[in-house]
Amino acid sequence: MPPSLDTHAEHLLRDLAPQVLGAVIRRFHDFSASEDAVQEALIAAATQWPREGVPSDPGAWLIQVAARRLTDHVRAEAARRHREAIVVSLVPPEQQIALAADHDGASGRDDSLILLFMCCHPALSPSSAIALTLRAVGGLTTAEIAKAFLVPEATMAQRISRAKQSIQASGVPFQMPTEEERAQRLGAVMHVLYLMFNEGYTASSGPELHRSDLSGEALRLTRMLHSHLPDDAEAAGLLALMLLTDARRAARTGPAGELIPLTEQDRSLWDPRAIAEGIALITTALSKGAVGAYQLQAAIAAVHDEAARAEDTDWPQLLALYSLLMRLSDNPMVALNHAIATAMVHGPAAGLELLKALDADARMVGHHRLDAVRAHLLERAGDSEAAITHYKRAAGRTTSLPERNYLLTQAARLSDARKPPPR
Amino acid sequence: MKYILMMNTPGGGPYQVAQWPQQDLKAHIAFMMGFAKKLGESGELVAAEGLAGPDQAQRVRAGQDGKPITDGVFPESKEFLAGYWIVDVESPERAYEIAAQASAAPGPGGAPLNMAIEVRQVMSGPPKDLP
Repeated sequence: MPPSLDTHAEHLLRDLAPQVLGAVIRRFHDFSASEDAVQEALIAAATQWPREGVPSDPGAWLIQVAARRLTDHVRAEAARRHREAIVVSLVPPEQQIALAADHDGASGRDDSLILLFMCCHPALSPSSAIALTLRAVGGLTTAEIAKAFLVPEATMAQRISRAKQSIQASGVPFQMPTEEERAQRLGAVMHVLYLMFNEGYTASSGPELHRSDLSGEALRLTRMLHSHLPDDAEAAGLLALMLLTDARRAARTGPAGELIPLTEQDRSLWDPRAIAEGIALITTALSKGAVGAYQLQAAIAAVHDEAARAEDTDWPQLLALYSLLMRLSDNPMVALNHAIATAMVHGPAAGLELLKALDADARMVGHHRLDAVRAHLLERAGDSEAAITHYKRAAGRTTSLPERNYLLTQAARLSDARKPPPR
Repeated sequence: MKYILMMNTPGGGPYQVAQWPQQDLKAHIAFMMGFAKKLGESGELVAAEGLAGPDQAQRVRAGQDGKPITDGVFPESKEFLAGYWIVDVESPERAYEIAAQASAAPGPGGAPLNMAIEVRQVMSGPPKDLP
């Protein structure tokens, strides 16, 4: 049995894979064939490097091997065509690979960024974009991605291959989007990374290990995005938001996978390093001006993370931040959080008053979160009876199992408190 | 988002496939196979199964000793689950669209059955409804 790759080389391969894929796609303009060739190159590396050592320029080595595989493929294809004497390619395959296999001016680092922009194409549905990004830029196997999404591997394989076809069909050239396209595309890229992070940040549903792999991968890719675009304050904000949210992971669920709300979490379990990094990032980003939604959300997360105890939370500061966020986006969830912050600063009655406006919002009709918040504020206002009703209603409306269990427990707790103690 | 599409049908109702002429039965089976294949190819299919009829169903509960007590068969049951699909789609609207397509499966004489299909979201992790 050949010796296996050490951890360092494994990380190296994972980091290099998107750059290599980017370089090969740029040259051969075929997503699927390039991906196959890169896979073969990675396999070759995994078997040869342990024996012969890691080459001095591992990226160039991989590009060369992948290009050679593709060349063979193109040659075979050309030979077949020739035999069949149907058409002769106007561009001989040899010419297509006449470029130096390792370098042609553009740096590899840009290639992985371009690949990210391609995979997060606005024409793809978010879930397809996430799957393709994980596959091409993250280097996860189809089986791993399927596991993370709790769908069969065949389903995921089809989704990814459809996404590739859509990109091929859309004729998007493999190049950095122009300054003009950048804003729109960057928005889509950040949205996909944000959704990928959220997908992984869910609690106890499914094999948890794989879910946290997703948020870990989202963090890694956002880090990459930020290092490519250090001056983009929103990219910095998104990275800060992920770090500040992920820092609470260990405290978010109990031993049985049950949800533990922010106010009841054991804050000693929070990751101080991630919090420090996130706060430093968002502080710098905010000082640059042009404040966006990700930065504001990161700032909100930072306020929560900075409080040593739940009762130390700077609610007036949060209220101000939510007010700003409401001006940026017409999102009823933001309005809901704004009502919570209002209740924390000015009392539950003031919060309940704001919820009335949300009752009229069509997007919130029948939404469990509105009932849950109302239940909580009613409880704080001392109206247990009404609080129980709304906890139960929220439980009936959520599609999240851990959340339903949490809400039902809240209702049961209030009901128990009203009954005389058992003799 | 995952949804389960449940094809419920009244006992003794229109879904008595065993009594259909062979041609109609074949057309129905071909439709269902093609439908599952299409969902698979679009990357939306999680699972799909047809179920044996209610005349083979047993109702089971645990007795005092924890052992199963069976009851049935209930061939006269009012409604039964004939089969289901679990799909992973972008929106509830897409799940409804798929359900409508399944509902239009051909029945006797090739006419669409237009059977009622119950669509329910599958519970999963906390919903992703942050702004």
